[in-house]
Amino acid sequence: MSQTLSAATLLAVPLAPLAGSVLAGILGTTFGGNRIGRAASHSVTILGVFVAFVLSALTLKSVAMDGARFDATIYEWMVVGGLKMEVGFLVDGLTAMMMCVVTFVSLMVHIYTIGYMEEDAGYDRFFSYISLFTFSMLMLVMSNNFLQLFFGWEAVGLVSYLLIGFWYNKPTAIFANMKAFLVNRVGDFGFILGIGLIAAYAGTLSYGETFAKAGQISTMVFPGTDWLLISVICICLFIGAMGKSAQFPLHVWLPDSMEGPTPISALIHAATMVTAGIFMVARMSPLFELSDAALNFILVIGSITALFMGFLGIIQNDIKRVVAYSTLSQLGYMTVALGASAYSVAVFHLMTHAFFKALLFLAAGSVIMGVHHNQDIRWMGGLRKYMPITWITFLLGSLALIGTPFFSGFYSKDAIIEAVHASHLPAAGFAYFAVLAGVFVTAFYSFRLYFLVFHGQERYDQNPDAHHHGDDHGHGHGHDAKPHESPWVVWVPLTLLAIPSVVIGAMTLMPMLFGDFFKGVIHVDAARHPAMAELAEAIHGWLPMALHGFQALPFWLALAGVATAYYMYMINPALPAAIKRAFQPVHTLLENKYYMDWFNENVIARGARMLGTGLWKGGDRALIDGVVVNGSWKLVGWVSGVARWLQSGYLYHYALVMILGIFVLMTYFVWLNK
Amino acid sequence: MTLTLAHYLTLGAILFALAVVGIFLNRKNLIVLLMAIELMLLAINMNFVAFSHYLGDMHGQVFVFFILTVAAAESAIGLAILVLLFRNKSSINVDELNSLKG
Amino acid sequence: MDVQTGFFYVFSLVMLFAAFRVITARNPVHAVLFLMLAFSQAAGIWLLLKAEFLAVTLVLVYLGAVMVLFLFVVMMLDIHIDSLRQGFWRHFPLALAIGALISLEMAVVLFGGFRAGEAPVVPETVTNAAGQVVQYSNTKALGTLLYTKYLYPLEIAAVILLVAMISAIALTLRERKDSKKIDPSEQVRVKARDRVEVVKLAITRAAPAAEASATGAATVEEAKK
Repeated sequence: MSQTLSAATLLAVPLAPLAGSVLAGILGTTFGGNRIGRAASHSVTILGVFVAFVLSALTLKSVAMDGARFDATIYEWMVVGGLKMEVGFLVDGLTAMMMCVVTFVSLMVHIYTIGYMEEDAGYDRFFSYISLFTFSMLMLVMSNNFLQLFFGWEAVGLVSYLLIGFWYNKPTAIFANMKAFLVNRVGDFGFILGIGLIAAYAGTLSYGETFAKAGQISTMVFPGTDWLLISVICICLFIGAMGKSAQFPLHVWLPDSMEGPTPISALIHAATMVTAGIFMVARMSPLFELSDAALNFILVIGSITALFMGFLGIIQNDIKRVVAYSTLSQLGYMTVALGASAYSVAVFHLMTHAFFKALLFLAAGSVIMGVHHNQDIRWMGGLRKYMPITWITFLLGSLALIGTPFFSGFYSKDAIIEAVHASHLPAAGFAYFAVLAGVFVTAFYSFRLYFLVFHGQERYDQNPDAHHHGDDHGHGHGHDAKPHESPWVVWVPLTLLAIPSVVIGAMTLMPMLFGDFFKGVIHVDAARHPAMAELAEAIHGWLPMALHGFQALPFWLALAGVATAYYMYMINPALPAAIKRAFQPVHTLLENKYYMDWFNENVIARGARMLGTGLWKGGDRALIDGVVVNGSWKLVGWVSGVARWLQSGYLYHYALVMILGIFVLMTYFVWLNK
Repeated sequence: MTLTLAHYLTLGAILFALAVVGIFLNRKNLIVLLMAIELMLLAINMNFVAFSHYLGDMHGQVFVFFILTVAAAESAIGLAILVLLFRNKSSINVDELNSLKG
Repeated sequence: MDVQTGFFYVFSLVMLFAAFRVITARNPVHAVLFLMLAFSQAAGIWLLLKAEFLAVTLVLVYLGAVMVLFLFVVMMLDIHIDSLRQGFWRHFPLALAIGALISLEMAVVLFGGFRAGEAPVVPETVTNAAGQVVQYSNTKALGTLLYTKYLYPLEIAAVILLVAMISAIALTLRERKDSKKIDPSEQVRVKARDRVEVVKLAITRAAPAAEASATGAATVEEAKK
């Protein structure tokens, strides 16, 4: 039995955080005159997000248990030549799951921020921004047409820009937020081309109508070439996903986005915004299934990202950057799953990853707070006894990340590996190698981080450039630099996130992947892309899969990674330096992030600036100002100078000219114009 | 020989030519300029009257009537301007009237 | 050659001579007088053409009014005659050439359009509106046409003359220097600082010196104030 959900309830879900954001943003900041205090700001925003979460949970229950669906227009904005631009919601299994993930992680981050941003002057502004982000992301996932999707897409990009550059007086933060915005723009360019092609050839912006016409479009050819139109559309849409979900080569903005405060790294750059691309491709599965070329492209890009970003995580010394590269690598995994036509597996990994990655980021933030805002892991160590709750939640998150059986990450990661193995596409071979190698690399860098931070020798007092905190620290223990556990507003969200990181995989494995949860939402062409079908034969339940997992290759690779990390950082700490000296060129390459940043700054950015300068000097100044503007008055002046000779001022000259003129006219009319 | 239209027209033409010559010969005297204009009008009137006589159409003479009126009005105003000019510049030398020089 | 043709040649030769003298006379008064001569010859020619009314009008209006006006102006202006004649004959050849060209061309145009040798067609008697046969009168014929078909232009011509009169007066009128007339727009544009001047004075002044001091000092004080 299928019922429809209430439009009012659904409308309240994005609007409640928006109301909170507006109130805190206008009344809480100097913009509106600081009318409400900090407590009121965070209360009104947390209330908004809490309401959104409760309603999302109820919606999920309706969708999952009662099979309810909703696909309607809420407000028609305008109609331009037959193309309808409207605000509408499409709520099914995929949307309901995303709504819950977004609102839950957002709620945890809101509560966490009370503790993390306590000493910051922009407290109210921060809460307003993260509520605004929640609104934007919800509009994105609940949309039923491309226009609203694009609105949400751009809005999350905007809020990401605002939040990365939150500390706008820091030059590195400003550089990072511009970089994020500009790289996203490159992706958005492809995205809008894709939407434009859909509007042109399907004549509509609504999902339902586009999918209905997908069959017709699949036989068309892009004019002027012999490429399939559907491939061009899908690749353009995926370019948008590459920008938003930080796939190679548009990944360069994500590590720099760590300039923003840790709560947003957790919310935006781990759990929600970067998954928008994955969500979009899963939503467009009816289109992507029709194009093998696009799926191959997705596989290649995803596997490159999964493997090579992992390598970069091995040599990072900033705690947030390690987790950032880990995020990039996991996004690569999700993309690879999409390429293998295992859309539900990709979304499943999206969900589990949201929980354990947000947990890892928030725990990292807790660690940073505990060691007085030092972020370098070389000067941590042995924090296990000072910050027990942070330690245990971090450990749980890491175990989930590396794919330990029974943890949530295991189910999603192993499902991806199996799906890629079962895919018949040409690029699947390389992808399988990449995801397997990535398991070892992931385990290695995760546990390198864990051991360096929480175990081993305590190095927190050896930091050569530790900044001295004055009396504004407010921690009440003066210059005693011992690490300490964070307040309850910080570790309660950690605990609440640790629980799904452990159990949600096992709970939702079967219904999500093989049940009716995504029925009618995700389409798989089983004949050409048999990955899901083969997966269904291999996986029979969470317990058998976990037990079988202990014997599978990924588990042994992960174990090898942990063991290597343990050896290199606990038993033989001199080994990493020796390896670095031995493989210096490789290390330099990794340190410079494969020289991609160098290339972007010196070739692309400088080239664009030179083009701009050239057009300015040549086109604007010389041509338009010089020749056209200045040239025209100089020409007029010259002509006037010549014409001046005719104005002698003497009456008889004029009379003479008049008479001669009449004479000429007479001659012409009498003799020449017979 | 009998007088024909041609005689009168020739007379008008020569008179007109004389007046035109008078206009740009007279660099120094503005009054003569105005008088040359009157001569031109006279030449035209001569033509009209001759045509009216030889074609038997009264309309030519009506036109002369009006030309006389307008010529009188125009010479009155022209002389008033001349007087003003003399008041301001104390000279009727045409060569000195070049304030409109570009 | 009959009388009419003879008169025509006399009149036209005198007229052309007079016109030539108008433009080449040294003395402007002479020039005006020669112009008067030219006009009177023209009046004679028009009489030959049986246009009596216009001939008389020419004499009355032009000779009587316009030329007199010219004479007034010429005599009123104090003109230095000698300085007016420099550079006159320098341009004469060019002027002659242009003049010849113009007259030739006009003649050709006019001759080409109208065949010569048409006899004048003036009726001796006409039948008027009442059906009676009366003597032909040029004035009457002109008047009939003017007051019926060309009534409106006639009125406009009158207005033109009125306007000429007004403009001639308006241009040359000089105001009396002792007139006490006030320009209202100037009154309105008056500003306070044109009429009122505010002077700063000290609120208090030192009292004059006591009467007991020497009168000399007192008068000096008075003088200083």
